[in-house]
Amino acid sequence: MSVTGPRLQPTIFELGRSGRGGGKIPHPPKDALDRIPTAARRAVPPALPEMNEPDVVRHYVNLSQLNYAVDTGFYPLGSCTMKFNPKLNEWAARLPGFANLHPMAPDAAAQGTLQLLFELEVALAEISGMRAVSLQPAAGAQGELTGILMIRAYHRARGDSERSEVLVPDSSHGTNPATASMAGYTTVTVPSAADGGVDLDAFRAALGPRTAAVMITNPSTLGLFEARIGELLTAVHEVGALAYMDGANLNAIMGRFKPGEAGFDVMHFNVHKTFSTPHGGGGPGAGPVGVGETLLPFLPEPRILREEDGSFRLERTGERPTSIGRMRSFVGNTGVLVRAYAYIRAHGGSGLREVSDDAVLAANYLKHRLAGTYDIPHDRACKHEFVASAATIKKRTGVRTLDIAKRLIDYGFHPPTIYFPLIVEEGMLIEPTETESIETLDAFAEALIAIAGEAATTPDLVTGAPHDAPVRRLDEATAARQPNLRWRPMTGVQTPCPD
Amino acid sequence: MLEALGLTSVDQLFEDIPPALRATRLDLPEPEPELHLAARLSALAARNLTDLASFLGAGVYRHWSPPAVDQMLLRGEWYTAYTPYQPEISQGTLQSIYEYESLLAELVGLDVVSASHYEGAAATAEAALMTCRATRRDRVLVSRAVHPHYRETLRTYFGGDLELEEVPLVGDGDAAGTTDLAALERLLGDTARPVAGVIAAQPNFLGLLEPMPAIGELAHAAGALFVAVVEPVSLAVLAPPGEYGADIAAGEGQPLGIAPQYGGPYLGILACTDALVRQIPGRLVGLTTDLDGQRAFVMTMRAREQDIRRDKAASNICTNQALLALAASVYLATIGPHGLRDVASLGAARASELEQALAAVGVPRVHTGPYLNEFAVRVPDAPAVHRRLLDRGVLAGLVLAEAEPDDPSLADGLLVCATEVTTAEEIALFADALGEVLGGRPPTAVEAGAGSDRRIAAGGVR
Repeated sequence: MSVTGPRLQPTIFELGRSGRGGGKIPHPPKDALDRIPTAARRAVPPALPEMNEPDVVRHYVNLSQLNYAVDTGFYPLGSCTMKFNPKLNEWAARLPGFANLHPMAPDAAAQGTLQLLFELEVALAEISGMRAVSLQPAAGAQGELTGILMIRAYHRARGDSERSEVLVPDSSHGTNPATASMAGYTTVTVPSAADGGVDLDAFRAALGPRTAAVMITNPSTLGLFEARIGELLTAVHEVGALAYMDGANLNAIMGRFKPGEAGFDVMHFNVHKTFSTPHGGGGPGAGPVGVGETLLPFLPEPRILREEDGSFRLERTGERPTSIGRMRSFVGNTGVLVRAYAYIRAHGGSGLREVSDDAVLAANYLKHRLAGTYDIPHDRACKHEFVASAATIKKRTGVRTLDIAKRLIDYGFHPPTIYFPLIVEEGMLIEPTETESIETLDAFAEALIAIAGEAATTPDLVTGAPHDAPVRRLDEATAARQPNLRWRPMTGVQTPCPD
Repeated sequence: MLEALGLTSVDQLFEDIPPALRATRLDLPEPEPELHLAARLSALAARNLTDLASFLGAGVYRHWSPPAVDQMLLRGEWYTAYTPYQPEISQGTLQSIYEYESLLAELVGLDVVSASHYEGAAATAEAALMTCRATRRDRVLVSRAVHPHYRETLRTYFGGDLELEEVPLVGDGDAAGTTDLAALERLLGDTARPVAGVIAAQPNFLGLLEPMPAIGELAHAAGALFVAVVEPVSLAVLAPPGEYGADIAAGEGQPLGIAPQYGGPYLGILACTDALVRQIPGRLVGLTTDLDGQRAFVMTMRAREQDIRRDKAASNICTNQALLALAASVYLATIGPHGLRDVASLGAARASELEQALAAVGVPRVHTGPYLNEFAVRVPDAPAVHRRLLDRGVLAGLVLAEAEPDDPSLADGLLVCATEVTTAEEIALFADALGEVLGGRPPTAVEAGAGSDRRIAAGGVR
């Protein structure tokens, strides 16, 4: 066992010992459950581990040290905006007045949170140029579904029942077509133009009376602003369809481009990207949606309303019959939204514009540093992220983008997003964010340049990477073919605990 | 950096935005220094009334969350990482998810647990969609005693080609307030419209215990799948879905150490039998080995997910609630199996005391069937009484006329609950205040402020 290096851990099931734990909850009276019919009671108690608190704490602290995180280093995961998460926001969300508030408490007991949420809606509407915002969706993908369901409700309300298709560019996030399917639409994928932007002619050819919506990410997943966006939005509206903007890349354009003013009908925000709320190892996020005038009647319920006396209240169920209804229980991921609110207030209008300026500057600087060593398929000013490619390196050395990504781990960096968007061969989508120093950007560029050199001179070093991580590359095929998705004692026999 | 790029202004990097579409500024307040912002946030938080003797549950419950839970979550290695796309440097998150899957599998008695959905209602909607995919049928029945927010969410998700119908509740007798089995059988008997899934909650929204085995048998006899909506703490003492033949379990994981925080982030529980593993949406983490044969964990069966399958994916879910799944795991490990049983049992004991105290001031239960720790009581003019009690520092549960406006049998109902953090003093305060309000005597000044110095012993993870 290493003293300083990361240590693999036994599972908590292996750590448990009969009789350990306790001291947390007073013992209930012996007859507490006597009034529960035997038939409704549990026959076999759950086999949960019995542990003392020190062992629990050590287990989770040691496990945490096997993770790479923004708080430990540079995490340029394209499309995910892994910026620093200000610590004030964690403090704020834990204030007892916020944390202990029950979601079905009467409005009179929730005025502080309701005011905060109302002000956050106003701020997001200003940032996006939208007419109004709902904070209800729990994540970006749920925001997408909310938006597409509103579009469906809009067409139905007009008696327009022929629209069955949603158009997405081939560079789109997987959530876009998956969302369209969930809402009962057929996805039509439109190829991108050679310059990486939307192919206006291809879109025009695909648009028609069957088109319900077009989903566009702008800046695109290639990190490029859609220069033809004005023409595209006009074309969409000409055929009676509506335009959805995937707001995943909002971090690039705050104060520079307002989707609602440009003509988008609806968009979602990923507050865990743009507004610095933590990614949590996969979540939670929050995915508010903003709408223009057209979709205003269809916003999910409940909306947050300000009364004439200045107090706030939640809309009652059924109060607005045009609403698409609820997307989830309660008002939203409020704890996440408190953090987003704090971030927006800390930066203010001028600060948010600087955030975007700095994110874009950092990405262009990094792209500039890597050009010449890596292919840059779309060599024009990028926004907050850009795609580099190892296609030429692969041709010359056989070393793939996957290998380069794994080798970056040995250099102490989290790899970028790889093989996305799908339309770039051997692509890596690099998003540095505005919270990184030039020293970090330089160190990362130098690592990638050094790895390109290794690919030529010592390719095995790269293809065998990572060498310094807690584990080496994994057998993903067996994991998928013979899934082991829960602990059973036998598992431990087959593959002994590492320590 | 500008110099390296040969630029003089960052504006040059935004010249690709068509001039007609360029924004010039954001009309938002000025940047706020941390000191002032902290004061603003504190003041907003203080405007909420949370120092109340609370008997409000209705799907979200106050529990003691050992401080170890939140302190583990505050480690940046957990909360500032993202989806473990690079397993070599994400073994912490991956193993914690595998442990979560395993812990919840024990609790619900089903083999496959998804690595988290948004919250209980969205998880239930995903469960309903699973039943349609698995059976290739498009009609789902949901008991009216499932949480109204869950039923509303189901309606939203089912607004397209799928059909959703509610199963009424028994009107009177000992089974009043639970799913009407005869009505369920009739709905299932419509063979022209075969049913994909039947959804019922245990305990149900009114706190009552449902005849889950019987509901499951009826569903299965009609070729439908059975979805149990569960509250995880109750599973320490109540039969788990796996014991009564449910195919899918869905539910709200908030009671496992997560603070109420006005609606989230919470933890959507979704679990199923092995037979449905290809249909379950959301992340799955499995055990495997690395090149050296060392045990390790990895995201698996990814062909169900949107970033691989796009429009053919099982769901569009991407970001989930991984950090809250971690909270639930740390909670379960810290509190342990005996502790969890004590939490559930003590809640039941406190609820018995609450029932007796309210009965003593002339406030009876609405129903007579068994409950665990939550039940409805009948109070004349419940909305007004609820408001008056709030002035006295008591949050007297949920006004059922507002939550279930279409059910006349609940018009005078308050839904109240107790948990292990409920104290005898809080129960006495509630009963006394209720007795006085119903007795018509106006509160004295002292009584009116009686709740103001109370501190609620509910910590938790946010």
